[in-house]
Amino acid sequence: MSMPDRGLRASYDPSRRDFLIAMLGAGVTLGFARSSLAVVQGIASGTQLAGSARDLFEPTIWYSIDRSGEVTVNITRAEMGQHVGTALARIVADELEADWAKVRIIGVDSDPKWGEMVTGGSWSMWQSFPVLSRAGAAGRIALVEEGARLLGVSKESCTALKGAVHAGGRSISYGDIVARGNLARTYTPAQLNGIPIKAPAHRRLIGKDTLALDVPSKVNGKGRYGLDAAVEGMIYARPKVPPTRYDSKVVSIDDSAAKQVPGYIQSLALYDPSGTAPGWVMVYANSFTAANRAADLVKVKWSSGEAAHVSEQDLQRRAAELIADPNGGALIVNDPGVDAAFTSAKQKLERTYTTSTVMHFALEPINALAFERNGIFEIHTGNQWQTAILPVLAKALGRSQDKIVMRSYLLGGGFGRRLDGDYAVPAALAAKAVGKPVKMVCTRADDMRFDCPRSPSTQTLRMAFGDGGKVMAMEHHAAAGWPTAAINPKFMLKDARGVPFDGFAIAGADHWYTVGAQRVRALCNDLANRSFRPGYLRSVGPGWINWALESFMDEAAHTIAMDPVEFRLRLLDGVGRNSGSAPNAVGGAHRQAAVLARVAEKAAWRSPVPRDTGLGVATTFGQERDMPTWVACVARARVDRTSGRVTVEKLTLVVDAGTIIQPDGAAAQVEGAALWGLSMALHEGSEFVDGQPKDTNLDTYTLLRMGDVPEVEIEFLPSTATPVGLGEPATTVVAPAIGNAIFAASGARIRHLPIRPKAVLEALTHRA
Amino acid sequence: MTTFSLNGRNVSVHSPNDAPLLWVIRDELGLTGTKFGCGIGMCGACTVHVEGRATRSCITTVGAVAGAKVTTIEGLNPEGRHPLQTAWLELQVPQCGYCQSGQIMQAATLLKDYPNPTDEDINAVMAGSLCRCMTYLRIRKAIKLAAARMRKGATQDEHA
Repeated sequence: MSMPDRGLRASYDPSRRDFLIAMLGAGVTLGFARSSLAVVQGIASGTQLAGSARDLFEPTIWYSIDRSGEVTVNITRAEMGQHVGTALARIVADELEADWAKVRIIGVDSDPKWGEMVTGGSWSMWQSFPVLSRAGAAGRIALVEEGARLLGVSKESCTALKGAVHAGGRSISYGDIVARGNLARTYTPAQLNGIPIKAPAHRRLIGKDTLALDVPSKVNGKGRYGLDAAVEGMIYARPKVPPTRYDSKVVSIDDSAAKQVPGYIQSLALYDPSGTAPGWVMVYANSFTAANRAADLVKVKWSSGEAAHVSEQDLQRRAAELIADPNGGALIVNDPGVDAAFTSAKQKLERTYTTSTVMHFALEPINALAFERNGIFEIHTGNQWQTAILPVLAKALGRSQDKIVMRSYLLGGGFGRRLDGDYAVPAALAAKAVGKPVKMVCTRADDMRFDCPRSPSTQTLRMAFGDGGKVMAMEHHAAAGWPTAAINPKFMLKDARGVPFDGFAIAGADHWYTVGAQRVRALCNDLANRSFRPGYLRSVGPGWINWALESFMDEAAHTIAMDPVEFRLRLLDGVGRNSGSAPNAVGGAHRQAAVLARVAEKAAWRSPVPRDTGLGVATTFGQERDMPTWVACVARARVDRTSGRVTVEKLTLVVDAGTIIQPDGAAAQVEGAALWGLSMALHEGSEFVDGQPKDTNLDTYTLLRMGDVPEVEIEFLPSTATPVGLGEPATTVVAPAIGNAIFAASGARIRHLPIRPKAVLEALTHRA
Repeated sequence: MTTFSLNGRNVSVHSPNDAPLLWVIRDELGLTGTKFGCGIGMCGACTVHVEGRATRSCITTVGAVAGAKVTTIEGLNPEGRHPLQTAWLELQVPQCGYCQSGQIMQAATLLKDYPNPTDEDINAVMAGSLCRCMTYLRIRKAIKLAAARMRKGATQDEHA
C-alpha cells in the first residue's frame, strides 16, 4: 500500500501543453544581472527579444537557440540557493548536445504556459528531468535533420556534438542551422513522449561538475533579489502587522506622532477580499527609513478573537487530545490485524514525541514591489509557488489572473517560506489603494510575526513485538497544524474513506520498514490552523515525523536489546510493499538498507568512542514514498553531564538520490540540509505566546553559527536510477541521529525538539 | 546633506543624518549589494567597511560616516576579483547568496587582522555573520584558500 496519488503530482502532466514545436518568437523574460528598470520598460513597451521567425529556433517552450548558436533555457523554478537553473540547463544541454559555453539561463515570469510553477518538495530535478531531457533530444533531432539537409548528406551519417552537426569532415553550427535552415518540424506530445533519451554512459554534462551560473552575481553584489526591485516613481510602505493572523480587525489608527517623520505620507487600513492578510495597516512614506520610523509611531487598535490568547502549551494540549481520541483523523495506512497484534503481543512499546514551533528566518525579509501598468498588475518579488498565489491575488485585487504577472527575482532564502506567496497580497493591495507603485518592505520582526512557521507537533508511536523480538505491528499517530489546509487546500488528499489530509504533514510515517500490521493516522491540529498559518518549512512533515520515527526505532531496538543499525537493517527487508517499483523507487527498502549499512561502515559504528561521547543513527527515504531519496546519518555527540550541553562533533551522511545532475551542487544541498537539521535540533525553536511567535529577531531567536559547525562527511552512492530530490531529505535525519547519540553517550533519552541542556539534565536524572 | 567617500568616490546625500547608512547606500545611492537581514546588527548581511573596518551599516547612521571612507561589496575590488571573491567562486560558496556580500566584507577584515587565520580566529570573527543556507563549511574553506593566496602575494585592491 502506498499513499494515495498526490494532487499536485497528479496535476503535473508534462505532455499537456509543453511542446509547441515550431519556430516562434520568444517572449520577453527576465535574466540574470539585469536592471529591473530596463525589464520593466521592456515589458511596458511590448518589446520582444526575438524578431522574425528565422532569428530563433524554439523547439519547445523550454529553450531557444538564436542565430549565434546561443541556447537560452527558460527556468521556471525559483533560484533560492540550489543553483537549480544550472542543473536544469545541464539536462537540456546534454541531450541537445549543446556547447555549454553557449548556454545561458533566464528566470521567467509567471505565465500559464509553464503549467504548475512551483519550487518545493525537492521536486525540481525529479519533475523536470523527463521533460527537459526529451525537449533537448527533440531539438537535437530537428537540428540534425536540418543540418543534414543543409550539408547535403543523410541524417544517419550525422552526429551532433558541442553545438554543431558533423558529417564526415564537415560540420555546421546550430547557429548557422537556425539562420539558414527551415526548422518548422512539429511533434505531437505522444511523439515527444516516445523520444528516447541517452543511456547514462553517453551523457556528457550530467554527473559532471560545472560552475553554477548564478554564483558570480552572488559574490560581487550584482545579484538582484526581490528587495532590490525598483521602479520609477515608487513609494515605500511598511506594514503594521495585526496581533493575530486571521481574526483581527482594525478599530482605529492614530498617526499623529508619525506626522513628524519627514517623508511620511499616510497610513491606510487595507481591505483584503481574499482573507489572506486581514487587519493590515500600511504605512506609506517616500523612503523605507521614513516608512519604518513612521510605522513605529503609528498606533493601531485592533479587536482580536480567541487566537490572541493561544499559547504553545494550548496547541500541544490540543494535539494530545486529538491523539487520545481514537476516532479522529485520516488513516493513511490501515492494515488489518493491528489491534489483534497488540492484544497478543509479547512486548509493547509506546512513546510520545513533541516538537516546538520553528521559524523560517529566510535572511531576506519578505517584501514585494507592486504596481499596475498598461492594465497588468505586476508583482516583483521572489516566490516559490506562483500558480498557488495568483488566484489569491486575483481575488484580492478583483481582477482576472491574466491581468496579473509575477516577475521573478533571486530569493534571499526560500526554505518553504516563499511557497506561501501571502506577502504579495498586502503589497498588491497597498499599491492598488494609492494607485501608484508601492514597495512593501517588512522588518525582521514584521517578517517573523507574519511567518507561516513549522507547526508544533505531538506524535505517539506504538510497537508490538512477538516471539524473539519480532516486530508484529506498529502505529504512528501524528498531530500538527497542516500547511496545505491553510495555504493551498485544493492539494489536500483523501484517505480510503474519503477523509481529507495533508500529505506533506504525514509523509515519512508511511515508511519502508516491514513492521507487520501498520496503522498511520494523521490529525490536523485545528487549534493551530485557526490560530496561525502553519507553513511548509524545509522538509515539512518528515521534519517532525522522522524525529519521532527514528527516535522510536532506536528505543524499539533497545527494548529488544538489539543494535539500532542491525534492528533497522532487519526491518528494511524489501519484502512486499517495500520491494519498490519503477521508475522512482526501484530497489525499494534495499536501497535504504544500503545507505544505512554504508554510513555505519563509514562512521565506524561499532568502534569504541570516548567517555560521554556517543554515536547515533537515523535514516529516511526523504520526502515522499513515491519519490524516495535514501539517506542515512550517523551523529557523534558529546554530552556534558554537568551543564547538559550537547556538542555535535561530526555528522556522516550517505545519500542515494539516483542520478546526480550536478555533483557539487548536490553536495551543497546536503551540506546545507544537514546543518539545518543540526540548527533545528540544538539551536532553534520558538513558541507561541498570546497568539504570536515569541521570538521576532536574532536577539532571542538563535541559529547555527560558524563556531557551531561540526565536521561533516558526505558520500553519494553511485546510481543511474531516476534523479530524485536533494533540497530537503538530509534535514530530517540529523535531529534523531543526535538524540540517539545523546542516549548512546549518556543514557539520557530526549523526546522533544529542540534539545535544550535543561532537558538533557532532566533526562540524565530520570534515566533508567 | 552628508558627504562621505563611497568606493573611492565622494558622494553627498540628502537623507537625514540619522538615517541608517544601509538604506542610504541602497535606496539613495543605488548600490544594492549590501543587504538587509535583521536591522539590529546581529546577522551581518549589511556589513560594509568604514575606514577599512567591518561595520554593520543597518545600525550605523549616515551622519556617523561623514567624511569617512566607506567601501561596499561593489567596491571591494574594481573587477570583483578580490582573492576572497575568486575563492568564493571556485569553491561555489554561495547558495541563496543573500548573506554573502556581508560574509565577504567581514572576511576581508578578518584577513587583514589575521593573515593566517586559525579555525578559532574564523569562528570568532565570523560569528556575527549568519548564513541561513548554512554554507559555513565552504565559507571556512574559502577564507583559508584566499588567505593562502594572499600570503603568496595576491592583491586586494580595495578602494581606499
